[in-house]
Amino acid sequence: MDSSIIIEKSVIILVVFAITMLMAMYSTLAERKVAAWLQDRIGPNRAGKGGLLQPLADGLKLFSKEEFEPNTPNRFLFFVGPAIAMSTALMTSAVIPWGDRFHFFGRDIILQATDIDVALLYVIGVMSVGVYGIMIGGWASNNKFSLMGAVRAASQMISYEVAMGLSIIALLMMTGTLSLREISAQQPGMHWNVFYQPLSFFIFLICAFAETNRTPFDLAECETELIGGYHTEYSSMKMGFYLFAEYANMFISSTILAVLFFGGYNYPGMSWAVENWGVNIANVIGIAVLFAKICGFIFLYMWVRWTIPRFRYDQLMHLGWRVLIPLSIINIIITGIVILRAEIAIYLGF
Amino acid sequence: MSIEAISLSGRKKLVSNKEMTFWERMYIVAIVKGLMITIKHLFTRKVTIQYPEEVREMSPVYRGQHMLKRDEQGRENCTACGLCALSCPAEAITMKAEERKPDEKHLYREEKYASIYEINMLRCIFCGLCEEACPKDAIYLTTSKVLVPSSYDREDFIFGKDKLVMPLDIAMKNAQLKNAN
Repeated sequence: MDSSIIIEKSVIILVVFAITMLMAMYSTLAERKVAAWLQDRIGPNRAGKGGLLQPLADGLKLFSKEEFEPNTPNRFLFFVGPAIAMSTALMTSAVIPWGDRFHFFGRDIILQATDIDVALLYVIGVMSVGVYGIMIGGWASNNKFSLMGAVRAASQMISYEVAMGLSIIALLMMTGTLSLREISAQQPGMHWNVFYQPLSFFIFLICAFAETNRTPFDLAECETELIGGYHTEYSSMKMGFYLFAEYANMFISSTILAVLFFGGYNYPGMSWAVENWGVNIANVIGIAVLFAKICGFIFLYMWVRWTIPRFRYDQLMHLGWRVLIPLSIINIIITGIVILRAEIAIYLGF
Repeated sequence: MSIEAISLSGRKKLVSNKEMTFWERMYIVAIVKGLMITIKHLFTRKVTIQYPEEVREMSPVYRGQHMLKRDEQGRENCTACGLCALSCPAEAITMKAEERKPDEKHLYREEKYASIYEINMLRCIFCGLCEEACPKDAIYLTTSKVLVPSSYDREDFIFGKDKLVMPLDIAMKNAQLKNAN
């Protein structure tokens, strides 16, 4: 095997890992800042300039906290829970195309850790494993509030995964591929999938909120009913891992939304930029555009969090099973009819 | 006038239990409306007062720490009549009266003065009734922004004459200002 490709991929993996961590870190700050701004406050601004060192201070605080362990028979599972949550949150970033391609040293460098054909399936699979982190953690805590949170999280995630998968099927019928790289490449300029599949986007967005356990679907950790939900018994950095995994998940699902529906790294005038400014500069702009889209979605997550109150549990299940799933099935049928309209016309004898 | 038409608050509203239409049941319109309201707040002026750097502006009728006044010649006004202690709803004031010696004429204005004058700051509610009751213009609630300092010891909250009586140099300065005017 070519040794340079190993170096290239290692660098990409390292950078992607670092960026995911950094984004998750600063999402915590952004969350607090956005919360403050939406409530006419200023937000944390003492640690560093404008509060920029606040995530570090928070992390340091969590590290220095007492490592508490409940009297549980499942001590191993208690440790495994946050680890699963964290690793599944980070694993998804492997298949995301962060940019088109750089041209350095006479070779093309593709900005993607690995371009597998079933990338989308992989993402959904890994995201569903994420529920194990919550489930195991809540179970092993030996606490009824944790268990309640875990049960809620599990049933919520399983319910919404169905609608999420179905909403993506309509998109896949259009793109004809599961590779995120090809899906990105199919949306040049402003030909974003969101304009062709708005209903699919809408369902996917709602399901993404539910999958990341964000308000209005944060029943797994609703403070008013379940103390802290599944992480009631966790403290110190294990708690930090759960919180961090939530923000990493948010970042990843924002990225998936941007790649699937908002054209990924594509922007209007990209081909013009490639011709006039060269591949590399056009690509740098592309990465910046992708991150702008991601940040937009992260902001949307926070904006919604501070606007909509939490659903009641039966409303949540009603929305998932009786609204979103039928809607996505209708969407699949409509998409199918539109794709096969020529054949249908012939069949009907027009 | 029938009882249904009367509205005491002026905000009377009939409760309606009408069925929601399909679009209302979707809640999308309501959610978008809510999002618009929250985003508006992103751009409004922030109400936070950055405390150590900025201090909240006090009300013009703010009543702070008490002060026992001196007159232009630096003599204490208080004659220990006890009206302030009587008017105090929190019973925070105690005093002990004493007769003025002939050689203390430069210290006290009247023939009787308060040898001990104490306000329990834990009891005081800063209502200003002592100030209203005082016939000799002796006790005032100042606009001082210095709050009663915290302490572990209850004794520290009983302010005696050492903390309450107006310092002599301020009294002299006031007298000079008065003469200049």
